[in-house]
Amino acid sequence: MAWANQDKCAIVGVGATDYYVRGKSWPRTINDMAGEAILKACEDAGISIRDIDGFAYYSTAGAGYLDRFDSASLMETLGMPHISFSATLTSGGGGCVGAIGLATAGLVNEDCRYAVTLMALQQLPQHRLGVVFGAAPPSPENSFLQPAGLVGPGHLMSMLARRHMHLYGTTQDAFGEIVMATRANTANRPKAIRKAPLSKVEYEASPMLADPLRRLDFCLETDGAVAVITTTMDRARDCRQRPAVVHACAHGGAREWGRAFAWMGMPDPWFASSGHKFTADRIWAQSGLKAKDMDVALLYDHFSPMVLMQLEDYGFCEKGEGGDYVLSEKIRYDPATRRGVGGGVPVNTHGGNLNEAYIIGMTHVVEAVEQVRGSAINQVEDCEFALASGGPAALPVSSLILRRA
Amino acid sequence: MSGPIKYGPARVLPGEQIRITTNPDTAPFWEAAKARRLTACQCADCGRFRMPPSPYCPHCSSREKRWPTLPGAGTVFSYVVCNKNPANGEPYVYVPVVVDLDGAPGARLNGNLTGCDADDVRIGMQVAVEWTPIQDGWVLPNFRKA
Ligand SMILES: [Zn+2]
Repeated sequence: MAWANQDKCAIVGVGATDYYVRGKSWPRTINDMAGEAILKACEDAGISIRDIDGFAYYSTAGAGYLDRFDSASLMETLGMPHISFSATLTSGGGGCVGAIGLATAGLVNEDCRYAVTLMALQQLPQHRLGVVFGAAPPSPENSFLQPAGLVGPGHLMSMLARRHMHLYGTTQDAFGEIVMATRANTANRPKAIRKAPLSKVEYEASPMLADPLRRLDFCLETDGAVAVITTTMDRARDCRQRPAVVHACAHGGAREWGRAFAWMGMPDPWFASSGHKFTADRIWAQSGLKAKDMDVALLYDHFSPMVLMQLEDYGFCEKGEGGDYVLSEKIRYDPATRRGVGGGVPVNTHGGNLNEAYIIGMTHVVEAVEQVRGSAINQVEDCEFALASGGPAALPVSSLILRRA
Repeated sequence: MSGPIKYGPARVLPGEQIRITTNPDTAPFWEAAKARRLTACQCADCGRFRMPPSPYCPHCSSREKRWPTLPGAGTVFSYVVCNKNPANGEPYVYVPVVVDLDGAPGARLNGNLTGCDADDVRIGMQVAVEWTPIQDGWVLPNFRKA
């Protein structure tokens, strides 16, 4: 099953604001930060803001948990003369990398010429995800979940992690190794929020928030904005940077995963999974590649066990073997050799949502671009293929392979 | 590697802080709960169960539903140990559980488990329904160690 749009488009520009600790971006506004990210992405690509004529969002065009992007408002403030594509994937962060596929659809259809994919996040006290979810008046569907005190994403994710531990003997040591291994990648990153090396003693001292998960198993709560620009290959060759070619992309998922931890009805083995097997299988079928062919994997890490379950769903290891895989240090990046360890594929060379910043997945796209450009801070030697994933969450989830031009 | 955290008794969250809403698809479940009768949404045509209740049977597309009385027992499918009341952040040990319901294959309920220490909860544990009055006169199914 080849993908009709394989290698037809590329990401040509990336831009981001500083990353702020939750709430500290105030008094900047969402559109202020979004504008900075878009203008920086244009600068990176070597194009004018007036060239942008498409928006390909995810998360139902959400900007964080309460705000929402409006293309007309962005045009008004940034001076874009017209748009000819404005669309979003549904649900939340699961669609993050799938938005690049949406951009590709608009571009290949010749609806637009340069499409921007965007996320901005500002967590003022009333905007925190746990608070938003817990304070929401329970919908009739949510009335079967929220009364159990399952009010934050950490509670929900812990339920899946516990089942994984039960079925496969996975330990909290493996969750800790994911946090420590990716923390080791932020020491040299100026913008990262958590940079100090993390010892196992420090990990174990982290408070248990939703047993089996500790605070350090939860991603950061940060503010900021990230934008990337996608265009067709012919235009990409005229841009300033080496194109990051969109080689494969899929969004969606299986009904057995469905609303996932907003439902808890998933049968085994979907329950203790990341819900990514469906889109993983699609990108492997689209590309003829498999997990071991990836040079780097940027896996959405809102919670550490979800990295482990994605390693299984993408086929870096067998189902149920994620714990052993992680504990053999195979997700680590070795700066001395600029390669993986023990035959593994380095994961989250940017430190991920757990350590660098959490902008609902967009930092993974940026790192994937920089890796196939050859300009990453923790560059993987001879990086040809970068895998990036959207958040394990209610469908759609999504998968993306970028290829070096 | 986690230190031996001692949680103590697992409590259900206070009913006075809990609200639900219903719609015509879900109301029969909650009306039964108000009468302390545990039910689940069953397709009247093919007999398969689904929860939460929804307008169509995902297996045969039927809109016909039945609301049989279930034994009121089940098995813990997974659980989380929480130590703060989400309403106010105060220390409060409660254990959200996902329960496979006896007599309704494929139907699950989420609730709190009580009747044992949080430290002693296990996947596979047998539980019985425990009714908790909540706001607006509704009654919430929770669970007690059987
Ligand atoms: Zn049916």
